[in-house]
Amino acid sequence: MRETFVETVNAALTEDPRTAVVLAEISVDGFRRAAVRHPGRVINVGIREQAMIGVAGGLALAGMRPIAHTYAPFLVERPFEQIKLDFGHQGTGAVLVSIGGSYDASVEGRTHQAPGDVALLDTLPGWTVYVPGHPDEVRDALRAAIPGNDRVYVRLSGTANRSPLPVSGGLTVVRTGSPRSAGVVLAVGPMLDPVLEATAGLDVTVAYTATVRPFDREGLSALVGAAGNADVLVVEPYLSGTSAHEVSAALADRRHRQLGLGVARDAELRAYGTPAQHARAHGLDTEGIAKAAREFFLV
Amino acid sequence: MTTAATLSRYADLPVLIGLMEGDEKHKGAANSTLDVLWVLYDRVLAVTPETAEHPARDRFLLSKGHGPVAFYAVLAAKGFLDVPTLRGWRAFDSPLGHHPDRVLVPGAEIGSGSLGHGLPLALGTALGLRARDVRRPDGAPPRTVVLVGDGELDEGSNHEAITVAGRLRVEELTTVVVDNRSSAHGWPEGIGTRFETEGWISREVDGHDHDALHTALTAPHPGHPLAVIARVRSKR
Repeated sequence: MRETFVETVNAALTEDPRTAVVLAEISVDGFRRAAVRHPGRVINVGIREQAMIGVAGGLALAGMRPIAHTYAPFLVERPFEQIKLDFGHQGTGAVLVSIGGSYDASVEGRTHQAPGDVALLDTLPGWTVYVPGHPDEVRDALRAAIPGNDRVYVRLSGTANRSPLPVSGGLTVVRTGSPRSAGVVLAVGPMLDPVLEATAGLDVTVAYTATVRPFDREGLSALVGAAGNADVLVVEPYLSGTSAHEVSAALADRRHRQLGLGVARDAELRAYGTPAQHARAHGLDTEGIAKAAREFFLV
Repeated sequence: MTTAATLSRYADLPVLIGLMEGDEKHKGAANSTLDVLWVLYDRVLAVTPETAEHPARDRFLLSKGHGPVAFYAVLAAKGFLDVPTLRGWRAFDSPLGHHPDRVLVPGAEIGSGSLGHGLPLALGTALGLRARDVRRPDGAPPRTVVLVGDGELDEGSNHEAITVAGRLRVEELTTVVVDNRSSAHGWPEGIGTRFETEGWISREVDGHDHDALHTALTAPHPGHPLAVIARVRSKR
């Protein structure tokens, strides 16, 4: 996904004179040639993430379309007040693109992991959040985001689904349960393939989205209405329960149950190893999702 | 614009400030910035209410957002704000609060209040105008001027931007540091050296001397960003 990001943004720099890239050392090699070709539109501020976001905010004030990028903890958590005040409060926007996500940087340890990024951005109004599940979806999300003036976060992942789906902004039904089904499972981004495998034997509707904000409340409401039970399992690749309030709002007009799977909130996982091992530890591998689904849907 | 014609002089600023009520803390900050603000809007910046939305206008970013009555008074004297608007200062439905909000205040380039945001925003603005090759009618690139306090320089985000601006030689950027010696731990060797080491040109002047401020703000500084340290009465 990182390669697709670099390719797509390089193309945007050529096609759209408004675009500018702001970097803090990370991924500088991917934009070296663009920096020569487009003077002043590729800005590496060094290891200075507050300046990266502040400069992006200033570029937006000057009528440019800034794209800022680094590891998720240094993009969203370290300069969070800059994100809050230098875009939304000024009435401007930017495209922020992260790598590293929840535990992609598993061997780097907690310092390079940010499972709380989407939940943090959720405290601010007006952010569109894309969590692509496939490199093609990275391209589609960026092509939708760059021409506008909005505030957009694109969260790249180290793992991907086998096939891309359209980045529609709403929920896409991947498997339809019967009218007597146990409920609805919503998979976000790269969680789709493990969710499909984990729920293969269950009578449930499986829906997918790469656009988690704004959340498609109407879409979820309709899918739950057509299911046998108003029970919703959300599987997100970041902090568990991040979208619980959206599910609640979508189903506020009826009795329902919901469970959110994601990165554990209760304790810091002090382990290195592979992203797959972290997925297992958080119950986000096929086995963990299958077990949680059987218990939740009471089958 | 009859109000602007009648209340448009430096001597009118106390009357305009008098239309607003401030607590003691904000009064001090207001006085420290009044002369700098007046010289900027009266003699330095190429921006008027008519060009306030023009891409090629000079920009002034008030980073030290507290004590904004002097800023509001100058904006009113120069016709950006209607004088009667000042009377509503701090009311629920007034555009004017203790910290300016650019979405609400005509002529305010940024919303500020939390310290350490204006200088990085000003750097990005200058870089954006440079990337777009925006030119004023006189052919010069627009200036971006940001006002910070010496206490505000405590915030590390300023030093990230000072370094980057110096190395990228952003000549279009000017930082005015209003120095009332309010920084908790001070700046040994002087504030100006912090900028000079990073590649800026710095000038230190009496922050109440209009001619000295004008000279410091307008003398050429080719190839380097400019820092003007404006000494004002100490808070302590």
